[in-house]
Amino acid sequence: MSELERLSRLEGDVPVLRARGVRKEFRGDVVLDGLDLDVPEHGVVVLIGASGSGKSTLLRCANLLEPISDGSIHLDGEHVTDPRVDQDSVRRRIGMVFQAFNLFPHMSVLDNVTLAPRRVHRRRRAEAEERGRALLDRVGLLDKADEYPDRLSGGQQQRVAIVRALVNSPRLLLLDEVTSALDPELVGEVLDLVRGLREDGMTMLLATHEMGFARQVADTVCFLDGGRILEQGPPERVLGDPTEPRTRRFLQRIIDAGRL
Amino acid sequence: MTGPREPHVPSLLETERGTFRRRQGVRSVLVGALSTALLGAVLVTVVVGSPGWERVRETFFDLGVAREALPAVLTGLWLNLRVLVFCALGALALGLLVAIMRTLRGPVFFPLRALAASYTYGFRGAPLIIVLYLMTFGVPGLRLEGTPSVLVLGGIALVVTYGAYIAEVFRAGIESVHPSQIAAARSLGLTYTQAMRWVVLPQAVRRVSPPLLNDMVALQKDVGLISLAGPIDAIRAAQIATAQTYNFTPYVVAGVLFVLMAIPLVAVTDWVTVRAARRQSSEGAR
Repeated sequence: MSELERLSRLEGDVPVLRARGVRKEFRGDVVLDGLDLDVPEHGVVVLIGASGSGKSTLLRCANLLEPISDGSIHLDGEHVTDPRVDQDSVRRRIGMVFQAFNLFPHMSVLDNVTLAPRRVHRRRRAEAEERGRALLDRVGLLDKADEYPDRLSGGQQQRVAIVRALVNSPRLLLLDEVTSALDPELVGEVLDLVRGLREDGMTMLLATHEMGFARQVADTVCFLDGGRILEQGPPERVLGDPTEPRTRRFLQRIIDAGRL
Repeated sequence: MTGPREPHVPSLLETERGTFRRRQGVRSVLVGALSTALLGAVLVTVVVGSPGWERVRETFFDLGVAREALPAVLTGLWLNLRVLVFCALGALALGLLVAIMRTLRGPVFFPLRALAASYTYGFRGAPLIIVLYLMTFGVPGLRLEGTPSVLVLGGIALVVTYGAYIAEVFRAGIESVHPSQIAAARSLGLTYTQAMRWVVLPQAVRRVSPPLLNDMVALQKDVGLISLAGPIDAIRAAQIATAQTYNFTPYVVAGVLFVLMAIPLVAVTDWVTVRAARRQSSEGAR
């Protein structure tokens, strides 16, 4: 049995996302260095770490936006870094929210939300719009359905981006520093939305610099350093009483910057 | 929420500022009008007062000659217009196709990329007149069955030449769309083609519509070069009329008609661009 076949039959208590020995190089720079990670069903795993520690790269690799240099990633037990796997069908099962929102500026809010249902899942427009409006209503943005994204505040745009990612009913939601581009007074509305998703049982993997938020939503906090997970565990322990000196130093810098 | 506010009464400061601005406004309009009138007067004096003005007026602006030449020039212009519409559509389609071919990634598409790249290199460098002669005189010279008319061959020469320019304009537009837009589209499960079609191209085309319009207006003028191969367009008709009357007025008639033809094209594109900008962004409305 080849290595690829063995990996695709990996059984057991299957986490939604399983990364094993994931390595990523950009022109000789090692960004991820043999990283292992599990995200269990309904679990919320939070990645923390300095800029350049590989948080965003890991999320992009999980969504197959970046090819990995070594290792494997499984989604619901399926080996998705097998080159024979249809990447588009994998991405349809994963939602992703970006730091800079990345809404489509030439489309109304509703068209942003219904693009994937209409073009990927071939839903009828009326059906897609009904569901899109229902989701927008849930995040309090139904009255913005026909606006264009640039007319919305950053917080509103990011909420639209989250709705857009949810519209495929993904198995896993990836959130990449979703509040980093927001003014401080707008951070709350986005974090509230993420908290609500946690209550709904959404499986999430997110990178953040908001330590207070990480403490609230995380089941597991992972501290990334030099492309590896240096320390992981429940938030109280990793954020409250870290064992690794590097984690301590990182948290101290965050405290000094007044962000804890 | 606060209760209904009292209507705002401008402060003395703001009233004074308003008065000053209005006075400045009136002054700048007056200055503008005066300088325009002055410049106009100088131009008219120089041109009309020049020693040769009478002869120039007779040879370039003779109303009688203009009236006589107009039907022939208009017939020619109708040909220009028809050729323009077909060539514009053809060149836009070809340009878009080539631009998309140049953006394809992956070794499978190497031949397509190479073909597209060499096409844009080649035809942007080749003088239109040479291409036109090769197509309209060279191709019929092959004496193949079913060779299309000279008009069609000339049209093809225009399409392949302008397609190369337009492809580069489209490519610039496509590359100006930030990669994060493709990442967002792909993360939703759209294929590369779908991401191109629904996310990248609509933004790219909007951004490059002013330079595309430039190419369309340039094409409108170059359409007349087809007359080198025989068909009588507006300029050729004007040339014939000029040769008959020894008067250059027909050229001026054709020139004015060309400008008139370009105006709606320019206006429509401006309107479309402004409307899109205004709808999309609060900043675009400025």
